[in-house]
Amino acid sequence: MIDGVTLLLTLIKLLLIFAVVLTLAAYLVLAERKILARMQLRHGPNRAGPFGLMQPLADVIKLLTKEDLLPTSADKWLFLLAPGLAAITALLAFAVVPFSPPVTLFGREIPMVVCDLNIGVLYFLGLSSLAVYGVALGGWAANSKYSLLGGIRGLAQLISYELSMGLSLVPVVLMARSFSLTDIVYAQQGLPFMISNPVAFFIFIISVLAESRRVPFDLPEAENEIVAGFHTEYSGMRFGLFFVGEYINMIILGSMVTVFFLGGWLGPVLPPIVWFMLKVLAVAFVFIWIRGTLPRLRYDQLMHFGWKFLIPLALVNVLVTGAVLLWLRG
Amino acid sequence: MATTEILTVNMGPQHPSTHGVLQLVLQLDGEIVVKATPHIGFLHRGVEKLSEYRTYHQTLPLTDRLDYLAPMHNNFGYVLAVEKLLGITDEIPERAQVIRVIMAELTRLKSHLVWLACHALDIGAMTVFIYCFREREQIMDIYEKVSGARMTSNYMRVGGLMADLPDGLDKDIRSFVDDMPRHIETYEGLLTGNKIWQKRIMGVGTISAEDAIDVGLSGPSLRASGVDWDLRRDNPYSGYENYDFQVPQGTGEGDTWSRYKARLDEMRESCKIVRQGLDRLKPGPVLADIPKICLPPKKDVVNTIEGLIHHFKIVTEGFKPPVGEIYQGVENPKGELGFYIISDGSSHPYRMRIRPPSFVNLQALPQMVQGRLIADVVAVIGTLDIVLGEIDR
Repeated sequence: MIDGVTLLLTLIKLLLIFAVVLTLAAYLVLAERKILARMQLRHGPNRAGPFGLMQPLADVIKLLTKEDLLPTSADKWLFLLAPGLAAITALLAFAVVPFSPPVTLFGREIPMVVCDLNIGVLYFLGLSSLAVYGVALGGWAANSKYSLLGGIRGLAQLISYELSMGLSLVPVVLMARSFSLTDIVYAQQGLPFMISNPVAFFIFIISVLAESRRVPFDLPEAENEIVAGFHTEYSGMRFGLFFVGEYINMIILGSMVTVFFLGGWLGPVLPPIVWFMLKVLAVAFVFIWIRGTLPRLRYDQLMHFGWKFLIPLALVNVLVTGAVLLWLRG
Repeated sequence: MATTEILTVNMGPQHPSTHGVLQLVLQLDGEIVVKATPHIGFLHRGVEKLSEYRTYHQTLPLTDRLDYLAPMHNNFGYVLAVEKLLGITDEIPERAQVIRVIMAELTRLKSHLVWLACHALDIGAMTVFIYCFREREQIMDIYEKVSGARMTSNYMRVGGLMADLPDGLDKDIRSFVDDMPRHIETYEGLLTGNKIWQKRIMGVGTISAEDAIDVGLSGPSLRASGVDWDLRRDNPYSGYENYDFQVPQGTGEGDTWSRYKARLDEMRESCKIVRQGLDRLKPGPVLADIPKICLPPKKDVVNTIEGLIHHFKIVTEGFKPPVGEIYQGVENPKGELGFYIISDGSSHPYRMRIRPPSFVNLQALPQMVQGRLIADVVAVIGTLDIVLGEIDR
């Protein structure tokens, strides 16, 4: 039953998550630039505020005040819709992320998740499939050749890696015996799934990298090949939405890695929410680190890797995990 | 039945990885290149024609701007050509020749560093880019110390050099080339063992030895196809025959990987040559004593009437080489850079033709990328190491 207080609490949680995630995304951009700069003998942004801490604000002001160009040959509505899709699908996924165990306030147990869906995993997979539309429509609607190539690349890449991502989560669901993210975290109280099923973890991390379109899988926007790929024609805040969507996506995928494999909020000494944040940030750091190290794959290599290596491996992993579980539970 | 269309994409002249202003018209079947047509000329400045209206000395600064990643090597080729035309090749002081070789090899390092940086960046490895530019900056500093300019050095002169090395610079150069092999290890550490890097460049843009010769490739691009040809060794100039160095050929298979290995080895060899050059550096003049051709020392210009007259004559009129035509090629970092000069006995060349290595090497691009993916086009542009400044001249 939904009563007034629950509704209010949900709204508060929504607002909180919205604010925190957007701020985090903005500072993740800064962090990425700073960390990459450190790896590359540079300083990174250091003009706006102390240590460049006001840089995200400056960027937002810049993007908001820039002219919003609409190419004459573009499909207007889709062109305007696509960046929104990219950002919204990423944001919506936070609804099912459990940040910490339920807390009790004024004698009332409040779950620290907007909506503990019993099919949370499917919801997350569904949303990340929808995210493809942002890329594909954005690339197609701009009616530019580079955008089109980027859009096609994005489409093919996201769909391919969607599969291996889904398949790598099957063992997790098997082991946790639940589709609910909260239950999945509780199932890792003994041992995080990263250790008990490293193969699934490995496949998931790679798929996540591909899903977030980051190096070495940044083909949809490979600037050295197709200028900026699907968002070549975007300017101002619409470009900003794609950009911020990408970083929100990085946070959500980091959260998913944390929930599915790193044991979510579980950890000694520190409060659960801190553990959760630490783990998410650690995953984000690894993403940034990879960006500073690896070159980019080629389109055909990407496809081969996805279809001929990751998906078969994921399938075998599902089979093996299932068999082992069956044997263990007798 | 679905029908497909060929997509025509103008890659460049404004494109992040066409190294300046190269325009490639790509006919694409999806991601696969059906045909690539390079269009050049966006940077044309008419260097060859301009030189017909300038004295031989005045043309020298124009050569800096040919291959602007290896300015001293262009100076080098040009002054050697003019010296050959004048018949004063044997009169160049020993010290000048050695310094020329040292600067030429540093220039090779500098050019190859930019090649590696851009090649890696095009393939997506950002970090190597900045690492290479760190070392390049040190060479820039050396440039600045000897010539006063970082890019447009204009350091060599017909008959020798503009000036001697500043005091203590030989130590700087030595410590730089002593450190350099370690830095090359760092780049290799980031790239060579990396599976993605290997996959991206092994077997990409392969060109056989016969095709390479037919197209007229030169430099590392030719050697990586297994053709053992290096002007420094096979047609030595400026005393290169006295230096001990290897001519690396990579794996000799003519793919991008082979060119990658060949250039990296070449960088190590360059360090060796620079070190040998420093060892044989002896005090002495750096400009030949030929008053009709080489500018007299400033003190003579101020103090003696002959000096002043020579200075005035050379600056206003230049010198007049005998009637004739000559060709001089040098092993530029990118390949054979040649100057073909026809003299009619006046103080201007009747015609000067520059054979730029990048221009000829670019011809191989269409056949190297045919039937391959867009990503390979970028890799091949990187591996050919073209500079539009000398393609368009």
